[in-house]
Amino acid sequence: MKKYIAKRLLQLIPILLGITLLSFALMHSASGDAVDILEANRGGVLSEEAKAKAREELGLDKPFLEQYAVWMKQVLTGDMGKSYVSGKPVFSTFVHKLPATIALTIASVLVTILLSVPLGVLAAVKQNRFLDYLIRFLSFIGNSLPNFFVSLLLIYFFALKLGWFPVMGNAQGWKSIILPTLTLAIAMASKYTRQVRASVLEELNKEYVTGARARGVREGRILYFSVLKSSMLTIVTLLALSIGSLLGGTAIVESIFMWDGVGKMAVDAITMRDYPVIQAYVIWMAVIYVAVNLITDILYHYLDPRIRLGQEGAA
Amino acid sequence: MRRQKVKLYVLLALVLMLLGIAAFAPHLVPCDPYEQNLSQALQAPGRGHLLGTDRYGRDMLSRVIMGSQTTIFSALLLVAVITVTGTSVGLFCGWRGGKLDSFIMRISDIFLAFPGMVFAIAVAGVLGGGILNAVIALACISWPKFARLARSQVLMIKDAPFVAAARLSGSGGTKIVFSHILPNILGPVLVTATLDIGTMMMEIAGLSFLGLGAMPPIAEWGSMMSSGRSMLQTSPWVILAPGCAIFVTVMLFNLLGDTVRDVMDPRQSVQHVDRR
Repeated sequence: MKKYIAKRLLQLIPILLGITLLSFALMHSASGDAVDILEANRGGVLSEEAKAKAREELGLDKPFLEQYAVWMKQVLTGDMGKSYVSGKPVFSTFVHKLPATIALTIASVLVTILLSVPLGVLAAVKQNRFLDYLIRFLSFIGNSLPNFFVSLLLIYFFALKLGWFPVMGNAQGWKSIILPTLTLAIAMASKYTRQVRASVLEELNKEYVTGARARGVREGRILYFSVLKSSMLTIVTLLALSIGSLLGGTAIVESIFMWDGVGKMAVDAITMRDYPVIQAYVIWMAVIYVAVNLITDILYHYLDPRIRLGQEGAA
Repeated sequence: MRRQKVKLYVLLALVLMLLGIAAFAPHLVPCDPYEQNLSQALQAPGRGHLLGTDRYGRDMLSRVIMGSQTTIFSALLLVAVITVTGTSVGLFCGWRGGKLDSFIMRISDIFLAFPGMVFAIAVAGVLGGGILNAVIALACISWPKFARLARSQVLMIKDAPFVAAARLSGSGGTKIVFSHILPNILGPVLVTATLDIGTMMMEIAGLSFLGLGAMPPIAEWGSMMSSGRSMLQTSPWVILAPGCAIFVTVMLFNLLGDTVRDVMDPRQSVQHVDRR
């Protein structure tokens, strides 16, 4: 187990280097003229001389790899530069906005579990009957609806027509998180209901289930104690892996609901061409994504006795 | 199996019809989708305008039909680009192996380490608006999936007897790859590509919705919905018309993808699990 973790951590190094290099190159090619953007945003007119001086200060006159190394050193100490627009340090802004995105992500994953596990199990148990067809049909619809359409529909019915929830912002406590959470959860639940159904069905077709049935074990007991237990491992893994992509997928939903998280921050930054902010967003989202996936993988290896014991037996 | 084939042909016919509408959109529209007429602004759906008008008095039906061209063809272009590049890279890597293979695979790992939309948003942001830039952004992040798929397929059949036979009979590497290996891995690649069309369409429309894809006044479903956001309360049809168009189109392509998978690769099908 330890060996496995060490191996995975080592594999992480080139990935992290690649992520930062790629993001740096991307922003480098775009913000070739950070000085011009600064000037435009502040509304001043600078002489060529002043511009050259500003470029020297920002280190923009040095070769690419040197700039990358300097920048990387700063990133490692938590300094990602200052926003072109607000002039505030980017990293602290990011950290300040991250909790809102994490709250939204966790709420969506919870709602997804609450929707997809019971529905998936139900569909598997009632296989090829009316309920199964209905659940599959609904999950198919959910899969084909873009999240911006879902959020606008939810806003129209629940906020504008019924007035149950606020249209936007995160000022009204728990009430304001419901619609954005539902938007994200509908898409995810549609996907995972199918997965839960498939993995429960697969498990139900195994021989130990037939054996248990032959011994007269009640169907409910088989389902809750054996089948669910063994298919949960796959399902939990899939869900954990989805957290990472969800963190990135919130950008559209956040900006529709004016949810003050990092996704909205990035979208706003793009309209303002605020490259340091976009850069921080891309890098940190990728790092979080990689970290969540790694932890999930390790947990999966730890939780699955076949893999855990098999490895220790071999070592 | 026969039922599946019938379903496939019906869906193919529907998709072809949709493509026909998209291709001949300029000749099918009842009004000019770009002609503004402020006296007719925000009319509810009715006789003169079947789907109503937007805030500049442009006919929604015409804009939705025109938008099909932008949305559907850019999604198809995107899927074609990533399928061809991804598969070529995967074929090359799987066949060649060695250091270059592991190097390219490490690069694809780096791309796969970004949450999809995050990187697309950044690339589109850097390149600036425009539907082509949205396609480029999504292509950057999506090719590794196909490279991985094609590579794993090549590795599976690389040592099959028919490849050895081809080699023994004197075929060169290029010939083996293109006339023996490629036809054999095409099935799973095409299935994945078809299943991807719907997702890609939603992502392109999503980028346009954020203002990172198609730019107004170009008729594109995502950007049409974005510009109608503020009129949601008073004139919901401005949102509903393009929204339903995306929904129906994506659903049709998803159904087609599922059916193609069931016909070509019965092992993965839902029906297969059911029948056991």
